[in-house]
Amino acid sequence: MSDTALTKLTIADARDALRMGEVSSTELTEACLSAIDAADALGAFVHKTPEIAMDRAKAADARIKAGDAPDMCGIPVGIKDLFCTEGVASQAASKILEGFRPEYESTVSGQLKDAGAVMLGKLNMDEFAMGSSNETSIYGNAVNPWRKGNSDAALTPGGSSGGSASAVAADLCLAATGTDTGGSIRQPAAFTGIVGLKPTYGRCSRWGVVAFASSLDQAGPMTKTVRDAAIMGRAMMGHDPKDSTSANQAVPDFEAMLTGDVRGKVIGIPKEYRMDGMPDEIETLWSEGTAMLKEAGAEIRDITLPHTKYALPAYYVIAPAEASSNLARYDGVRFGYRAKLSQGDGITEMYEKTRAEGFGPEVKRRVMIGTYVLSAGFYDAYYNRARRVRALIARDFETVFADGIDAILTPATPSAAFELGQDVSDPVQMYLNDVFTVTVNLAGLPGIAVPAGMDRTGLPLGLQLIGKPWEEGELLNTAYALEQAAGFVEKPARWW
Amino acid sequence: MSIDIATAAKVAKLARIKVENHDLPALAEEFNAILGFIEQLEEVDVEGVEPMVSVTPMPLPRREDVVTDGNQPQKVLSNAPDAREGFFSVPKVVE
Repeated sequence: MSDTALTKLTIADARDALRMGEVSSTELTEACLSAIDAADALGAFVHKTPEIAMDRAKAADARIKAGDAPDMCGIPVGIKDLFCTEGVASQAASKILEGFRPEYESTVSGQLKDAGAVMLGKLNMDEFAMGSSNETSIYGNAVNPWRKGNSDAALTPGGSSGGSASAVAADLCLAATGTDTGGSIRQPAAFTGIVGLKPTYGRCSRWGVVAFASSLDQAGPMTKTVRDAAIMGRAMMGHDPKDSTSANQAVPDFEAMLTGDVRGKVIGIPKEYRMDGMPDEIETLWSEGTAMLKEAGAEIRDITLPHTKYALPAYYVIAPAEASSNLARYDGVRFGYRAKLSQGDGITEMYEKTRAEGFGPEVKRRVMIGTYVLSAGFYDAYYNRARRVRALIARDFETVFADGIDAILTPATPSAAFELGQDVSDPVQMYLNDVFTVTVNLAGLPGIAVPAGMDRTGLPLGLQLIGKPWEEGELLNTAYALEQAAGFVEKPARWW
Repeated sequence: MSIDIATAAKVAKLARIKVENHDLPALAEEFNAILGFIEQLEEVDVEGVEPMVSVTPMPLPRREDVVTDGNQPQKVLSNAPDAREGFFSVPKVVE
């Protein structure tokens, strides 16, 4: 197989080819490493780890030969910079973690490693996962491999898992890890024409993943197909005593559940997701997706999730509040960056200068908003009210599931990928990117973005399916049916 | 609720982030834009609704109260910007 044919493989096809001895992990890994070296213009890989990759590929080849190969064995993947990886820079795309080399491996990246997956390097993202365009990264922008029509304007791959999305869409790796606090797996997946799964809160251990908002953060796979999300998701999930919110629930063989049969399943279409000013193409895509599932034998039912409108404002209280608390650890003492101090500066000046120089503007903004909503006198008015609204948002979903809905279909994003460098002086405008995804984090549910069509400029568009807690298998199967029906096979034309 | 420059300065101080005086008016304006957005929450009737504590209804597990880790000071200190003689080193804390 040629190098490009190798890097285009899905996890499932590569796994089968590896087991048949048609290809080695070493060959696959070398092909990906060459593709990565030729794609610096995408800004996706920010720390390359070719030596580690080749060592693991050789070890994987030995395991495959010995007949001891889990599904992910020998599969080259990229790891979002938010995951701590032993001995390898893990910076959360922030200056404040400059030079940080963890002495430990996150549980999720460790599980992938133990399964034989090959780490190619670390992937670009928004600083501390705070952003929707990958523009808050200390490394500079990650760029979408897709372009609009004949335009050569650089587009965002979305955020915060922008490097992961760009790398998978451009076939630099077979799959990548992402994390999702308000939409950071699903929005970039939709912007780049790939699949992104955010599991139920508690499915993937958060241990060793740099914390943003602990009650919302979930890791998940970003892959070329739904089948690959089933395979890689299973390898990432599982109970971990080191994360007290990790669920002690068995992880089923999701791939075995992909029958594509959705006959009799009830799909809810929430009327609150039909937004004013939503582009016609998104509306059309949504109707087409609905028709596809109906055609496949599902029953379509209109539903209401009345508190949807309040999800974003609640999120922008809760997430910054948790961030201000989590990011208090960056004080210039134990790890990362410390500001140069002037004569006479004491410890308070050290904290204040270190944090002023080490955090970027969006991170500072959110830490300070979080500090404000948690401060004496405002805690009840903002933070507790937001947590009450969050309970109502979760109740909206519980109600429709109790009424017999199996999954909910919505658009993944309010637009296709937009141009990098657009005016971001109004932070609230950027926050609206997460309008369809953020409810899922607040309610702790599993959600998946599936590429389902193109807009008239030739950019991919995605639909989102939302499932019941712990029912990723059923959700993936519905997504599989949608993927089969939509038949999205387009790839970005190579310009990099 | 509108944030003035003094409040912005107080928040920056609480967050231990140095903000120069000339940057405070713009910061206060950003806070006001975001808080204006957040204030929609006041429209919601939350009477009798408990604030959500845990999104998955599960009790916090407790592990056995035993030592499970330790004895690795070099690893703990390996990423410190300034470590001396087995300790983190910081500027003078008390006079």
